[in-house]
Amino acid sequence: MPRKVIQQFPVEYMQILDEDGNLDKNLAPDITEDTLKVMYHMMTLVRTFDRKLFNLQRSGKIGTYAEVRGEEGSEVGSGLAMEKTDWMVPSFRETGVSLTRGADRVKVVLAWNGDCRGYLGEHGKARDLPVNIPIGTQLLHAAGIAWACKLKGEKNAVVTYCGDGGTSEGDFHEALNFAGVYKLPVIFMVQNNQWAISTPRKVQTAAETIAQKAIGYGIKGIQIDGNDVVGVYYAVKEALARAKNGEGATLIESVTYRMGDHTTSDDASRYRTDEDVKPWEKKDPILRLKLYLQKNGMWTDEYGKWVQDECDKEVNEAVDKALNTPLPPPEDLFRYIYEKPTQDLEEQEKDLLDALKEDVK
Amino acid sequence: MTKMHMVAALNQALDQELARDPHVIILGEDVGIDGGVFRVTDGLFKKYGKDRVMDTPIAEAGIIGASTGLAIAGLKPVCEIQFSGFMYQGFHHIKQHLGMMRMRTYGTFTCPIVIRSPATGGIRALELHSESPEAFYVHCQGIKVVMPSGPYDAKGLLISAIRDPDPVIFLEPEKLYRSFKEEVPDEPYTIPIGTAKVIKEGKDVTVLSWGSMLRLCMDVVQQYQAADIELIDVRTLWPLDMDTILKSVKKTGRVVIVHEAPKAAGMGAELAARIQENVMLSLQAPIIRVSGLDMPFPQFALEKYYLPDANRIIRGIRKAVEF
Repeated sequence: MPRKVIQQFPVEYMQILDEDGNLDKNLAPDITEDTLKVMYHMMTLVRTFDRKLFNLQRSGKIGTYAEVRGEEGSEVGSGLAMEKTDWMVPSFRETGVSLTRGADRVKVVLAWNGDCRGYLGEHGKARDLPVNIPIGTQLLHAAGIAWACKLKGEKNAVVTYCGDGGTSEGDFHEALNFAGVYKLPVIFMVQNNQWAISTPRKVQTAAETIAQKAIGYGIKGIQIDGNDVVGVYYAVKEALARAKNGEGATLIESVTYRMGDHTTSDDASRYRTDEDVKPWEKKDPILRLKLYLQKNGMWTDEYGKWVQDECDKEVNEAVDKALNTPLPPPEDLFRYIYEKPTQDLEEQEKDLLDALKEDVK
Repeated sequence: MTKMHMVAALNQALDQELARDPHVIILGEDVGIDGGVFRVTDGLFKKYGKDRVMDTPIAEAGIIGASTGLAIAGLKPVCEIQFSGFMYQGFHHIKQHLGMMRMRTYGTFTCPIVIRSPATGGIRALELHSESPEAFYVHCQGIKVVMPSGPYDAKGLLISAIRDPDPVIFLEPEKLYRSFKEEVPDEPYTIPIGTAKVIKEGKDVTVLSWGSMLRLCMDVVQQYQAADIELIDVRTLWPLDMDTILKSVKKTGRVVIVHEAPKAAGMGAELAARIQENVMLSLQAPIIRVSGLDMPFPQFALEKYYLPDANRIIRGIRKAVEF
């Protein structure tokens, strides 16, 4: 009656660019100054856009907004690792990924202002799903899309996102299980930002890492420093290559920190202190890349100012355009419930338009 | 034409659609080698292989959620939920995604999936194997809801559902799978979703029903001679074919709605409201609902008391006719 260890599973961790701006060239042998500067520029754009939308909400010009602040490394790094033909299936905090993948900036603002034209793309060609408000359900859509890619023999893959809180949902389990069973080309990018509204990471799971959850599903898992844009970029690139090579899914736990509130409707000071947040300031993804560029003669103050000016300009133009876009007409409500409106919808549309014309107050 | 049970008609519809359109795939629990617990997918795994007919892990949210993604990426999933009592595990995908995706993306992404599921009672099944959930799905919106009452309609409606550009929930009365045979054309054909069917014309009272209750109403039409009944199979619960229904009510002035789901906020309530909104002055009696009881579906020892029977239906018709 033997009792013995039958399996042991290592859990990998990767960091390429540390918080002091040191880069491990062995792990990023082909990284170029150009790529690093694209990363810097894009992260600056995301932060600028993010700050702008936050301020717009505070001044009552747009609806509730979920800040990206602090997670730019994870979002830009993964966004840059993808091909345009890959699918992106976000939660609601991947504004940075959308921007990195070239989303129309005006549309992103519209979407955060409750205008669904922000999600309008070409039927059959669009590869970026809209934000997903319920937690974790998008992971199954991603598994399904990956399944379709595989069944159709397409050489693309899916990157989907959830937070550490999302890993507690049943759909997280079902999605990873499907991905394992059918060996699907999908990357589950868990943005472990330490907080699910007010609940810290340790309330979500007793597991030491989220990466190790991959083991239970027979897929690859890795934990990475999510504030290291270079590490994120290489980890996602590698996972995508595996997926496209028929080697199946990867769970990437990207360890980062939600520097802002959950959304503009939240007040994080109710449940966390400055001491919780402070240590993460010096781990900032943009700061550390700037340090690297400075140490390696790739930085001038003029360059830094130029990037910021460009980003300000791009963001301000998009926001101006979005805020000056007239609201969609009420008829739009009825167009996309079914491919062809039902008789009921036609009647309700007519009734609504009549009511709008005839004010009997 | 071949005489067959509903289970065979459904199988033929799936077979012919798999053959017609390479985008059509079937997925669900035990739908592969086993052919489904009611054998609706029998033989399809062998004929079309594991990439067209796929056994899934036991995960209803997974099946419906993954089907949502499969459809977004251009395939046509026809998924089976083994019993509609287990569909609630995937309800959030139906309500929050299937019914909304077209609207919230201005048609960029659509989810034209079919969810087939055995429903309704009367076969002494285990707890939660006898649900009548049609009203839940109608209330979701963005979804179409269908329940056939026999082999001919089952085939034509399922083919329509598979070809439909929107998500369709296709509820199959368990009791009717093998209870009777009908002549079914061998070739594929469609029955438009959104059309009711006048089963028997009459002038005194309109009886509206669907699924296995419709069959019971057909028996009642034979038994009850005191009034000339017009019997209508509503068969697509959403969208409703109000033209056919209102035309009938205008003629008869009396309505009895028979369904298996609980009365409270059931489809009978919706139909009654629409009838009075549109043809109140044609009505000569209150609209009568004969339905399941306002309680969870009981365990099978007492299910016959929950289910409307011929006696209760006739009492309902009398109430309407003798008012």
